[in-house]
Amino acid sequence: MKRFNLTNLKLIALLDLKESIRAKWFLVYSLVFGGLIALFFIAGVTESQVMGFSGLSRLLLMYIQITIIILPIFILITTVRSISGDRDSHVLEYMLSFPISLKEYYWGKVIGRFITVYLPVIFAMLIAIVYGTFKGAEIPWEIFFLYTGLLFALSSAFLGIAFFISSFVKSSEVALGIAFFVWIFLLAFIDIALISLMMQQRFNEELIIGIALMNPMEIFRVAAISLFDPELTVMGPVAFYILDTFSQTVFVLISIVYPILVGLLFAFFGFKIFVKKDLV
Amino acid sequence: MIEVQKLTKKFGSTVSLDEVSINFNRNDSIALMGANGAGKTTLIRSILGYYHPNTGSVLVNGLNPIKERQEVLKHIAFVPQLPPPIKLSIDELIKYIEVSANVKRETIVEYAHEMKLDIKSNINKSFFKLSGGMKQKLLISIALSQESNIVIFDEPTANLDPKARDDFYRLLEGKQKEKVLLFVTHRLEEVKDLVNREVYMDLGKVVSDETI
Repeated sequence: MKRFNLTNLKLIALLDLKESIRAKWFLVYSLVFGGLIALFFIAGVTESQVMGFSGLSRLLLMYIQITIIILPIFILITTVRSISGDRDSHVLEYMLSFPISLKEYYWGKVIGRFITVYLPVIFAMLIAIVYGTFKGAEIPWEIFFLYTGLLFALSSAFLGIAFFISSFVKSSEVALGIAFFVWIFLLAFIDIALISLMMQQRFNEELIIGIALMNPMEIFRVAAISLFDPELTVMGPVAFYILDTFSQTVFVLISIVYPILVGLLFAFFGFKIFVKKDLV
Repeated sequence: MIEVQKLTKKFGSTVSLDEVSINFNRNDSIALMGANGAGKTTLIRSILGYYHPNTGSVLVNGLNPIKERQEVLKHIAFVPQLPPPIKLSIDELIKYIEVSANVKRETIVEYAHEMKLDIKSNINKSFFKLSGGMKQKLLISIALSQESNIVIFDEPTANLDPKARDDFYRLLEGKQKEKVLLFVTHRLEEVKDLVNREVYMDLGKVVSDETI
C-alpha cells in the first residue's frame, strides 16, 4: 500500500483551507458563532440565573444548546458540495489531471475542511472565555474543556457523513437534499420521536436508549449537560435515562470517542466510494 | 505510448465508447474529431484514468491509468475545453502544480509571457475571475511547462482570439518530437499544419484513422 506524500496532503489541506476562508459561507458561518457569543453578552446572559446555571457556565451551556442544532447543518451543507461541487463544475477533472494520488486529494480535503469548520466554533468559545476573564467572571474550565472535546467530536462526525454523501452523489443539488434529510432525521431522533415511541410503549426502554446512543447529536446534547445535576425537567426523559444508566465519566468518554469513530468510518467509506467510482 | 484495447464505456444504457481499439505512438500528432456525443471526451477521460471501463483496457506507457494514476499522469499534460471555475488564486494554483507535477514556476511564467499573459500583475487574483482568454492562456502555459510526453488538448483555442491562437500554434511548433500530441477539435484547418494523423469518431466508435 502506498504511503501518503505528506507534502501533497498538506498542500491540498492548506489550499482547501485558504479557499474556504475566502468563501462567503465561511464569513456567515464565523459571524453566526461569534455573533451568538456577542449576543449572549449583550443580552446579559452571564448576569442572569435560571435553573441553577449562572455566569459563563450558563452562557456556554446556551451556546452549546444552539450549536447542537446549527453546527451539524452548517457542516453538512458547506461540506457535501466539497467533492460533488468540484465534480459538477469540472474543477475535479482539471485538478486530478496532475500526478496527485486520490488518497492525498481526498484526505487533504477532509483535513482542510475540518480545520475550517472547527476553528470558528472554538474561537467563539475562546472569545467568551477572554471576555469573561476581562469582566472578572469565574471561568468554568471543566465545562470549557468538555465542550472543546464535544465540538471536536461532533464536527468530526458530521464532516465524515458529509464527505460520505459528497463522494457518491453526482450532483451537488442532490447532495444538499440528502444533507438536509440526514440533519432533520437525526434532529427528530434527539427526543421528539423517541419520546413519542416511549409514550406509545411500543418498544422497551433499552431499545429506545440504544437508538438514542447511536445518534451523535443526542450523545452531544446529553454529554453537554452531564456536568450539571441530572434532573428530568432540565434534560428530558431520554437524557435522564442515559445518565442514570452510565457513570458520568464513562458517558463523557463515549460521547467524544464514538462521534469521532462515526466520522472516520463515514469518511473512510466515502473514500472507498470515491476511488471505486468514475471520478468525473 | 497509449494502447486502447476493445474499450467499452457505458453510462446507464448509453454506450459512449463501443469496443474502441486504437494506439497512439511516439511522434504521433493527432486531430481527434467527431460530432458531439461521438465519444471523444470519454476516450480522453479514460486515458486520464477518470473512468472505469465496462470492458477492455487502456495502457499508458504500459501502465493502467486507474491503478497507477500518479505514474501515468507524470507523463500527461491536459488542457480542458472550458477552463473550470477554480477558486484558488493564480499563485495558489501555480503552487499546486509546482508541488504535484514538479514544474518550475519560472517555466510557467515564461510560457505565459510567450502567450502574452502577464502573470505577475494577476498573481493574487482568483483564477475564476480572469477572462476566458486569460484562463485558457494560463492552462496552456501550465500544460506546455509540464514537458510531458503526452499532451492532450481538448478544444484548446475555443476561448482564444486569433492572435493568441497564432501564439499557441507557434509555441507548439517543433514540440511534436518524441511526443504524442492529441488535439480534440472541430476545426481541422486550425491544426492541420501540426498534425500527422486524423482520427474520426462517431457513435462511440473510431470510424476513420488516417496518417497524413
